[in-house]
Amino acid sequence: MTQEVKFYQTGTFTVGNRLLDEGQRTVQASVARSNALTSGHRACQGCGEALGARFAVDAAMRATQGQLIAANATGCLEVFSTPYPETSWQLPWLHSLFGNAAAVGSGIAAALKVKAIKAGKAQSEVRVIAQGGDGGTTDIGFGCLSGMFERNDDVLYICYDNEGYMNTGVQRSSATPPGARTATTVPLGPNPGEEFGRGKNVPLIAVAHGIPYVATATVADLHDLEAKVEKAMSLRGARYLQIFVPCPLGWGAASCDTIRLARLARETGLFPVFEAEHGEIASVTKIRHPAKVEEYLRLQKRFAHLFGAHGRPDIIARIQGIADKNIKRFGLIAEEVAP
Amino acid sequence: MTMKKPFAITLDPGSSLANKTGAWRTERPVYVDRLPPCNHTCPAGEDIQGWLFQAEGGNYEAAWRHLTRDNPFPAIMGRVCYHTCEGACNRAKLDTAVGINSVERFLGDEALKQGWALAGPEAENGKHVLVVGAGPSGLSAAYHLRRMGYRVTVVEAGDKPGGMMRWGIPKYRLPRNVLDAEVARIAAMGVSFRYGEKVADTAATMKALGADAAFLAIGAHIAKRATIPAKDSARILDAVSVLRSMEGAEPPMLGRRVVVYGGGNTAIDVARTARRLGATESIIVYRRNREKMPAHDFELEEALEEGVTVKWLSTIAAAEGGQLTIEKMVLDAEGKAQPTGEFATLDADSLVLALGQDVDMSLLQCISGLVTADGVVQVDPETMMTGHPGLFAGGDMAPGERNVTVAIGHGKRAARHIDAWLKGEVLAAKPERPLAEFGRLNTWYYSDAPGTMRPVLDLARRTSSFDEVQGGLNEDTALFEARRCLSCGNCFECDNCYGVCPDNAVIKLGPGNRFEINLDYCKGCGICVSECPCGAIDMVPEEG
Repeated sequence: MTQEVKFYQTGTFTVGNRLLDEGQRTVQASVARSNALTSGHRACQGCGEALGARFAVDAAMRATQGQLIAANATGCLEVFSTPYPETSWQLPWLHSLFGNAAAVGSGIAAALKVKAIKAGKAQSEVRVIAQGGDGGTTDIGFGCLSGMFERNDDVLYICYDNEGYMNTGVQRSSATPPGARTATTVPLGPNPGEEFGRGKNVPLIAVAHGIPYVATATVADLHDLEAKVEKAMSLRGARYLQIFVPCPLGWGAASCDTIRLARLARETGLFPVFEAEHGEIASVTKIRHPAKVEEYLRLQKRFAHLFGAHGRPDIIARIQGIADKNIKRFGLIAEEVAP
Repeated sequence: MTMKKPFAITLDPGSSLANKTGAWRTERPVYVDRLPPCNHTCPAGEDIQGWLFQAEGGNYEAAWRHLTRDNPFPAIMGRVCYHTCEGACNRAKLDTAVGINSVERFLGDEALKQGWALAGPEAENGKHVLVVGAGPSGLSAAYHLRRMGYRVTVVEAGDKPGGMMRWGIPKYRLPRNVLDAEVARIAAMGVSFRYGEKVADTAATMKALGADAAFLAIGAHIAKRATIPAKDSARILDAVSVLRSMEGAEPPMLGRRVVVYGGGNTAIDVARTARRLGATESIIVYRRNREKMPAHDFELEEALEEGVTVKWLSTIAAAEGGQLTIEKMVLDAEGKAQPTGEFATLDADSLVLALGQDVDMSLLQCISGLVTADGVVQVDPETMMTGHPGLFAGGDMAPGERNVTVAIGHGKRAARHIDAWLKGEVLAAKPERPLAEFGRLNTWYYSDAPGTMRPVLDLARRTSSFDEVQGGLNEDTALFEARRCLSCGNCFECDNCYGVCPDNAVIKLGPGNRFEINLDYCKGCGICVSECPCGAIDMVPEEG
């Protein structure tokens, strides 16, 4: 009848835990975290991308003992963090163009490899990440990204997915979900918002490249996110991590709901959280407390046209269908284990 | 310092720390401590969340010390308290309430095992208080007054301390070694006890002792009688004397068929005692139904398990020889029992009346200014002071629910106000902190952890011995149970706010020191407020 006391019951999923060993707490719980993206940046209130970037880069900094260089695509993350001459980045950081972050990452990795060989070492101790938003990754930078994957360059590419071009005024990207209003997918006509059947699933495309490691994560589950960054940094070759980062401005959501939205995206099944190694799905993070998509959609003005007197329950049902399909496809809900 | 700059670059790189984004803010997060519902409902005013916090870390002595600031009897509480705290526990809305009572018992038993002593006064203040009655209320007042530095003399009519904890609560619920050990700890603080002495004249006793104030807690020990037409041959007893005689050398003679009349916890105690004394039939006769029964349902359930039966909707109309006449009742629209005129007979070797208790008012007649109403002494509910200045009263003799925990709460409140009164001060009521409601919690962060069941004595021994029915938790299960606490409304340093701030604007002050908002950079997004598991951060508008 007794259950093992292996964790602090009220803190297992929290950032820290006063009763756990330091080593079992998250990087973010530590006052020694690198704060790779420090205060004073100009991201909006409640920015999910700023949060996701600090979570991921701090974890990568710990995994590499601070031996890390970042290449950054154009986008919110670059604009809000580095208005000339200030920067919020506390690591070597390069910005070149919108679409070439993966290529810049590949180049840095190649240079480091040459340096290491010249120094008589098998490989570089300094590691490389390349990062950008979904626009710079799934649309504009996609060719460079695919090239980085197929050459298996030693770069971790991190895509902060906020489902649109937020920096330029909330336009549609190939990561914008069906039904969502953006400046370019207006909520008019029989199919308001983004059309069903468009867009692409870059994590699965990355899996199809057969690269060593692909994972998805959200800003709502820090333990999961940090474990994935750590895993990625323990491997060599091309790796891809897509982090779901809600955008209060672009989604028309309350700034305090950023993490709640990310949590709901996972708990509804709309954003499947999984890991893949060498082309095969290796693990899936199960839904803890299942939720219906309506709860998630209601919090966002980009879906406001689906509700109210002239609402579109049929479209909500189609979105629920996407979630249900994900749950089935990835096995997101734990099967009842027979006692 | 200027650097050699590349083409078209004129400024040195700087840090964004120069950009004080706090200026964007219209609302700010503020750390608060809200009142957890368990603490709110505790009649003894325990800081339950506070001592569970210590217990969670395995700091059992610190937890026990925190608990005994308010209540010196955790081992007794862990057995007889009706734990209204668990009824209010927010965790009940997730799975099951935290087993507060079982953790309290674990701490109480651990203290007895380890021999932890209660902290005495820091300094003597030279004043003396008389406490009349060594029941839970008197002992609680004595304990709190002694801690404040008073000389305390407890005068008790009986030959042993404990009041109803000894004379009313059966041993199978409260073993006497536990009671004796917890009372002995109070005596060890320097409280004087005088037994076998009825205080007939409070003023004279105070004068003889040189006492500056007095606390009366004589309880309610006179059994209420019902007018049942009975022939001399009928054996009719009352619950108070039956339970009291259980403490003597000779157990009461109840016979094989025992009928108990009443629907309170005392009726159940007597019925269960009768089973243990060898009654093959122990029948409770109650005039209303189970829903209306004042006894706690879990106690009734335990009694039923032990073979006690209940005749619902029945009154006793007459008793003659070995036979009772029972009248069937019906509930009217207001839920009151009304006679039907239908009668039946019931064989009984003895009938025990458990119809409630009255206060022995004869002791109070010579005190001026004392107001009595509804059979109890009226007191100022804030201060527990009677109409006679300097004379306070509590426990069963004062208005309120009659149970051990309420009595202990009375004693604590009276002690504080006796202290204030003797200093010529008025203790202002502390403004109550806003309640930590369930809706403020972000429960996603709490692990799924259903409650732990306490071991229960097997049924055969429950009907043949007075061994304790309910067992205690061991260290593993107690720790598990303590860690199920959600820490409602009070920071437990989970680091969530520190981790989830997109602006690095939360400063972690280190273990025990919690956190602080860096207002230079806080943009007021409110994520820390939303993601605080226990609802310990408020969002307040900036002024101006």
